[in-house]
Amino acid sequence: MIFRLVLENVRHRPVRTMLSVLLIAVPVTLILALIGLSNGFLEDSRKRSAGVGADILFKAPGGSLMTFSTGALPQKIVDVLMTEPHVVQATGTLVQPIGGFDSINGIDIEAFGKMSGGFVYAEGHGFQTPDDVLVDTWYAQQRKVHAGGKINLLNRDWNVAGIVEPGKLAHLFAPLSSMQDILGSTGKVSQVFLKLDDPKNADKVAAALKVKYADYGIWSISEMQALISVDSIPLLKNFINVILGIGVIIGFAVVSLSMYMAVLQRTREIGILKSMGATKSFIMSMIMAEAFCLGFGGTVAGILFSYASRTAMHAIAPASLPQAIVYAWWPIAGAVAMGAALLGAVYPGMMAVRQDPIEALAHE
Amino acid sequence: MSKAGTNQRGEMPDPIIKVRDLWKVYQSGRVSVQALRGVNLDVPLGEFLSIVGPSGSGKSTLFHIVGGMTPPTSGEVWVGGRNLSDVGDGGRTELRRTTVGFVFQKFNLLPNLTARDNIRTALHISGQPTSVFSKDFLDILDLLGIAGRLDHKPSEMSGGEQQRVAIARALATRPAILLADEPTGNLDSANSLAVLKLMRDLNERLGQTILMITHNDEAAQYGHRIVHMRDGVIVESSLTAGH
Repeated sequence: MIFRLVLENVRHRPVRTMLSVLLIAVPVTLILALIGLSNGFLEDSRKRSAGVGADILFKAPGGSLMTFSTGALPQKIVDVLMTEPHVVQATGTLVQPIGGFDSINGIDIEAFGKMSGGFVYAEGHGFQTPDDVLVDTWYAQQRKVHAGGKINLLNRDWNVAGIVEPGKLAHLFAPLSSMQDILGSTGKVSQVFLKLDDPKNADKVAAALKVKYADYGIWSISEMQALISVDSIPLLKNFINVILGIGVIIGFAVVSLSMYMAVLQRTREIGILKSMGATKSFIMSMIMAEAFCLGFGGTVAGILFSYASRTAMHAIAPASLPQAIVYAWWPIAGAVAMGAALLGAVYPGMMAVRQDPIEALAHE
Repeated sequence: MSKAGTNQRGEMPDPIIKVRDLWKVYQSGRVSVQALRGVNLDVPLGEFLSIVGPSGSGKSTLFHIVGGMTPPTSGEVWVGGRNLSDVGDGGRTELRRTTVGFVFQKFNLLPNLTARDNIRTALHISGQPTSVFSKDFLDILDLLGIAGRLDHKPSEMSGGEQQRVAIARALATRPAILLADEPTGNLDSANSLAVLKLMRDLNERLGQTILMITHNDEAAQYGHRIVHMRDGVIVESSLTAGH
């Protein structure tokens, strides 16, 4: 019966209900979009790293998984690493961030193609001049470019030689030598990918390399994929916590205000219920149930908005902002919204409980 | 019950409402307002009592104290065997839930709910089943003439219908006492007459104890007895014609 009463109350003031639900949906959307972006980015990174076809990643001393030091390794180490047991292919790449989560990768297209199985061209062809770049279909969609077009990166114009299917290392590729020239990193690479005779040897070889090349960043690809997480991106976890905190505050404030208004508007109705013998717990339950409904509605709306946000981001920046839908965070975002809503209803609920029935009944 | 206030052996049972030396003082800033000044009253089970008096006479205050809406300042008030002077807010809430039913001048139906759900809310609050109405209560609905209007909201009903729904809601929990505060105050004369006749029928057929406040001398005549109040005291108590 309480829910019937609450449902009718909620239906009776559709504008207030809708506004409350929309406002509660804001932090839910924020949380889910942020988590979706983080996970989407990380999942994209995992797929792209797997797409290289390598078994081991080798970085300069002190190198971390998700950060890059341009030209931190001498390129000749590629040849040295080729001599290591079980290593059958090695290729170095030079990585240069270009803003946001995007980077351009200098590659030896022949060696890279051999390791990864080669690019699949949606348009155009491979590098033919030092000014050629390849972009994947997502980045092409994002920048609205086609093969034969021009693109400005690192303060110079590049020819878009080809559009390739995504999923191999990066969204943008340039000839390794061109990148080395531009960045003043002649003879240097950022990282080296190693392919082994048998992927099963990856952990064993990685362990041996870690002994031999102490302090270098060395990961088997399976190890690397496991390590690509929210924790591996500096401050991301803190940022997520801040957003969660903001979500609680917004949800609390919105519901508190909404329920405060509801209690004021329903003073007489509360008086009627009290005249019928409604207990304090009944009145409080009614207010809490309404807050629960608003919180639940806000959660559902927030989840729907997160789909809308993913669609929008995919349309605007599919390469830079790959937003995933992370089902595991639905209950967390919902708990944040509903917890904040219930918390926000406590004070208005106390107000309702304390109302004098005679004064409440006299309220116009 | 053939005559109000007596049992089948013609003896006077314990009154269902017993008020002794009741005082109620309101504090308004630095001013004390004595709303009730030593009121004494007995209402036997099954009586239909009308309380009349001008504004400020204390009749509403007496009504609210007897209904457990506000505590007395001093004195004793026994309602259905419960001494309201000794109970707190929880006890008064329980009294409203179990022993009294209110009917107000402004009907005070929950505006978002249908008549049926208004009644079900009262049943739910009193802890009674809400899914099916009892045979006795269906008879009351028939008597009130609203059985066919239960799925309408208050805004879809006339004033007379709303007041009859309010009476039904008040009686749904089978309270020992029906407290009516100016029940015809917002009704035209035809509907007023209908509501008063219904209340008298309920009293006569079901033995329902009714305490009604009214300004209207004609309405007061529907009770067995009329108590006149002025300046916080009862100044006269008289039986109506035929009682």
